[in-house]
Amino acid sequence: MAEAETPVAPEKPEPVRVYRHRLPTRIWHWVNAVTLLVLLMSGLMIFNAHPRLYWGEYGANFDRAWLVIGSTTDTGYLRVGDWKIDTTGVLGRWTDAQGATKTWAFPGWATIPTNYSLADGRRWHLLFAWLLSVGLALYMLWTLFGGHLRKDLHVRRAEWSPRHIWHDVKEHARLRFPKGEAAARYGILQKLSYIGVIFVALPLMIATGLTMSPGMNAAWPWLLDIFGGRQSARSIHFIAAWALVAFFIVHIAMVLLAGQLNEIRSMVTGWFRLPPEKDGRA
Amino acid sequence: MSDIIIPRRQLIARAGGLVVAAGTLPLLAGCDAINDAPAVRKILSMGEEMNRASQRALIDRDALAREFTRADLSPFFRPNGTRLPAGADYAAHAANGFVDWRVKVSGLVARPLSLSMVDIRAMPQRTQITRHDCVEGWSAIGQWTGVELRRILEAAGVRDSARYIVFRCADRIGDALYYESCDMIDARHPQTILAWALNDAVLPIANGAPLRLRIERQLGYKHAKYINAIEAVASLDQIGAGKGGYWEDRVDYEWYAGI
Repeated sequence: MAEAETPVAPEKPEPVRVYRHRLPTRIWHWVNAVTLLVLLMSGLMIFNAHPRLYWGEYGANFDRAWLVIGSTTDTGYLRVGDWKIDTTGVLGRWTDAQGATKTWAFPGWATIPTNYSLADGRRWHLLFAWLLSVGLALYMLWTLFGGHLRKDLHVRRAEWSPRHIWHDVKEHARLRFPKGEAAARYGILQKLSYIGVIFVALPLMIATGLTMSPGMNAAWPWLLDIFGGRQSARSIHFIAAWALVAFFIVHIAMVLLAGQLNEIRSMVTGWFRLPPEKDGRA
Repeated sequence: MSDIIIPRRQLIARAGGLVVAAGTLPLLAGCDAINDAPAVRKILSMGEEMNRASQRALIDRDALAREFTRADLSPFFRPNGTRLPAGADYAAHAANGFVDWRVKVSGLVARPLSLSMVDIRAMPQRTQITRHDCVEGWSAIGQWTGVELRRILEAAGVRDSARYIVFRCADRIGDALYYESCDMIDARHPQTILAWALNDAVLPIANGAPLRLRIERQLGYKHAKYINAIEAVASLDQIGAGKGGYWEDRVDYEWYAGI
């Protein structure tokens, strides 16, 4: 108390540094960042070969699609169920860098390669799928047995309380992030997001991807039963890919809001500077 | 209030930076130079080899593709690729119901054969309701009836030196005849048949009449249509451009199409 009343010269206190991300996390993070970008863009190329999605075991042009990206003579559109919107310029009908009109579903800037090549899109996709799968398997093992789950991601009993979760939701909505010591640990929403990506979304991408393989269907026919058929697996693969894009957007927004330099540095060097507590004197 | 507004402004400013960065996206065209570099193509083709090796290790030789029931049939089985081979020759065969159609069996065999459709239908037959998966992403379920390829290979006495079976087709795309090939594992697989019937009717021309391959654990472009010759070979190097199939030669589709 006495100290608080003593006027202090306004000098910046040394920031407290904590070792936040161990090497496996940093390596996996950046390898995965590149891998997922390549998988997304080459995946959109593969989608362009047949921009229609179905539920069930089969589905082709004469069958009812629940999602279609298509074009008319002068517009592009996205249809989901009975809901249809004009997407001219972005989806279904767009102009390439040379000014030529194209009617592929996703535009060239979003696909690998830029110009239509299902063969090349597949080669990129099926090679990087190995990077994703092997990397994820190793990272899961390390998370489970290397202490990452126990130390960083484990959700403690108190954190499961709806009140605690709701509080964290509100704090995020107000863009108020933890300061000081509290910033050294993951919040409940962070924990659930990371657990969701590592143990749900990415495994789902791999499993639905394998379900589309006629070879794997012969080896593991139960994959078809889990997802309700090859075309359902293809639809789930597409939806889960966009769920990962949504995670990415929120992830980037949070990094920018929390201070991108400190956040990115911590994912490179491992060291994170705790944001100082607000005490009203700064 | 102020702690809310400032970060939000910062966010907008920073997001603005991202939009500017997105303006440099045309630079991604540079990525296509990467896509075409020979060294990169070599690395990319490693994926195919990894998929082939791992699937061959993981999948039992005779593991069957799932078979469905009549209730699962696609209302309409979508034809793809050539729907009507060009030329007077094929037209003449089609006009008289393919009675003069011959399938030559040659290459590394003890007894070269020339089979008529009557010969083929007299051999052991198999009927299966399977799902056809196009490389483009769509699937259709159909019922196929035909001769098991392994019966033909046995009848011809395929030599041990044969490592691949090549399927020659009557349809031309651009200036080249369609062809495909597979290894001996898929050639001897119980579901690998030369089909002459689809959904209890004689195979339609659009689906490959009079005879098409069904190779159920691989993608659609492997299922060669309009087959008029089968060749047992030790190497694919001297056939077409050497990659084992029409689309493999043309656009670099994977020869192993199990995924």
